[in-house]
Amino acid sequence: MSAPVPGHALAQGTPLAAPRPGSGRTGRWLALASRHRVALTLAFLVVFPWVAPYQALAVNILVLGLYALGFNLLFGYTGLLSFGHAAFLGGGAYGCGIAIVHYGLHPVLALVAGTLLATFIAAAMGVLAIRTRGIYFAMTTLALSMCVYYAFYRAEAFTGGENGLRGINVPVLTLPGFLLDLLDPVVKYYAVLAVVGGAVWLFSRLLSSPFGAALKAIRENEGRAQACGYDVRRMKLVAFVISGALCGLAGALQAIHLSIVPIETMHYATSGQAVMMALLGGMGTFFGPFIGAATFSLLQDGLSTLTSHWQLFVGAIFIAFVLFLPLGIWGEVLARLRRAGW
Amino acid sequence: MVSAAAPTAPPILATEGLGKRFGHFRALSGVSVAFPEGGITAIIGPNGAGKSTFFNLISGAFRPSEGRVLFRGRDITGAAPHHFARMGIAKSFQITNVFPHLTVRENVRVAAQARRVRFGFFRDRSAYPELAERAEILLGEVGLGARMDRLARELAHGEQRALEIAVALAAEPALLLLDEPTAGMSPEETREMMDLVQRLAETRTLILVEHKMKLVMGLCRRLVVLHQGQLLAEGGPDDIRAHPEVRRVYLGKTA
Repeated sequence: MSAPVPGHALAQGTPLAAPRPGSGRTGRWLALASRHRVALTLAFLVVFPWVAPYQALAVNILVLGLYALGFNLLFGYTGLLSFGHAAFLGGGAYGCGIAIVHYGLHPVLALVAGTLLATFIAAAMGVLAIRTRGIYFAMTTLALSMCVYYAFYRAEAFTGGENGLRGINVPVLTLPGFLLDLLDPVVKYYAVLAVVGGAVWLFSRLLSSPFGAALKAIRENEGRAQACGYDVRRMKLVAFVISGALCGLAGALQAIHLSIVPIETMHYATSGQAVMMALLGGMGTFFGPFIGAATFSLLQDGLSTLTSHWQLFVGAIFIAFVLFLPLGIWGEVLARLRRAGW
Repeated sequence: MVSAAAPTAPPILATEGLGKRFGHFRALSGVSVAFPEGGITAIIGPNGAGKSTFFNLISGAFRPSEGRVLFRGRDITGAAPHHFARMGIAKSFQITNVFPHLTVRENVRVAAQARRVRFGFFRDRSAYPELAERAEILLGEVGLGARMDRLARELAHGEQRALEIAVALAAEPALLLLDEPTAGMSPEETREMMDLVQRLAETRTLILVEHKMKLVMGLCRRLVVLHQGQLLAEGGPDDIRAHPEVRRVYLGKTA
C-alpha cells in the first residue's frame, strides 16, 4: 500500500512542476549509462553533425542544448521555474560580443567576459527573486529579465539597441600552436563542442556532488531540507547563479556563432524557449536538454520553410507534449526502459 | 509538587512566557515550561489546546509573538529553521514529510550530509562513504533495513513515518521533537512506533506531541498539559492523573 504524499507539490512551492520519471528500480543498464552519462552525451554530440540536416544547425542545437542544460539545473534539479533566463543567455551574448567588438578581446577571453557578465546579472536577479516561491518566483524573474532587456535596449552605444550588436567577426580562432578556421562549419562545431563538453562534464560533477544531492532534496521537499539544516535560500541562490553562468556561456558561444546578438536574445520569448526545450526533452534528465534543443530547432527549421506561422505549430506540439507526454521525450524513454527492467 | 525528573540537571529546552497570536486569535499565551535532559516528555491536551502551535514554536517553524525559547540556556527565539537543526534540534512533522522521489537510503544520506558538507561542489558523493554507512545504520534502527533501495513514495504510511524519524535522526540531534508520531496509523503500526520511540529515548531527549493521552502515560517521564492555549499542568504521569483540573478538562471527557 503506498500512501499519497499530502500536498507535497504545494509545500515545495512549485505548483507548475511536471511529474518526474521515478517509479520502480533503476536496472543495471540504466545505472551503467548513468555512471557514464558524460561520455555517452559527448559520444552523441560528436556524431551529431553527421546526422543533422546541416552543420550550422548542429551548432545552433549545441548552443541551445547548453542553454537548456543550464536552465534545467534550476528547473529540473532544484524545482524552480524561472521565466527570466533570457537575461543570462543575452547577458553572455552581449558581454562576449561587446568584448570583441568594442575592446578587441581574444574570443576565448570574450567567452569568459560574457560568462562573467551573465553570472553578475544572475547574482543580482537571484538575490531579489529567491525570496519568492512558485508562480511568484516565475513572475519576478520574468519582470527582472525585462528590466535587463530594457537596460540593454537603451544602451545603444554598446549594444546596438534595436538593431542588435553587429560585427562580431571571428573567422579564425588563434590558439597557441594552431589556428582554427571557424568559417568551416565542421571546425566551428567541434570548437564549440570542446567548450560545451567541458561544461557538460562540470555539470555532471556538480550533480554528483553533495551540493547536487542537496539541490534534489530541496526540489523534493523544501521544508524538510531546511529542517535537516540546509540553508535553502542560500543554496537556491547559488544554484540560480551557476545556472545563469552556464546559460551565459551558451549565450557567449551563440554570439560568436551568429556573429550578431539580436536584441530578441534577451526577450522573454527566449526565456520561454528554455522552458519549452527543457519540457520537450524531459526536465530533470541529464541528456534531455540536448534532445529538447534538437527537437525545438528541427521543428523550427522544418516548419519555418513551410509556413510563416511556424510558431503556431510549435505551440500546438508543445501543448500536446505537456498533456500527453509530460515526462518529455527523453524522460519518457527513460521511464519505459526502467519499466522494462533495464 | 513531586516531580519524577531530577531537578539537578539543567533543562535542555525551556520556554519563558511563550505566546503566539494569529491576528486577534491567541493560540497560545504565557507558557513557561522546562524540559529536562533525557527521556520522553509528552505535550498533551484536547483538540485546539495549542499543542501544534507550541510544537511549531519550539521547533522554529513559527516565530513567537511573545516570550523566549532557550536551548541549553541559550536564547534561540526567532533563529532560522536550518539553525535549529545545526544546534542539535531535529523534528518530525505531523504530516508525512520525506523526499518522495529519492530512495529511502538517499533520504537519510542527504539528511546526514547536511551536518557534514553542504556546499561541496566538486567531489563526488561517494567520497563521503561514512554518510551512506550512517544512513544504513539509522535505517536499520527504525526497521527499514530491507527497504533501502525503494523510493520513499513507494513505502506504506507507517514506513514513511519511520523513515521520517530516521531522516530527523540523521542530523545527530540531542533533542528530537515528534509531532503526533502515530497520527493516522493502524493499531499495529502505532504499537511499533511507540516501541521505536521508547528505544530512541534510551540515548536521546524526546519531546512529543500526542493527542491520545493513554498512549503516552506509560511511556514518558513527564507530561505537559495544555488547555485553551495555556499551561494547565506539568509533572509525572501520576501527578497528572491525580491533577483535578486535568481530570476535569481532559480525562473527564474520555473516561
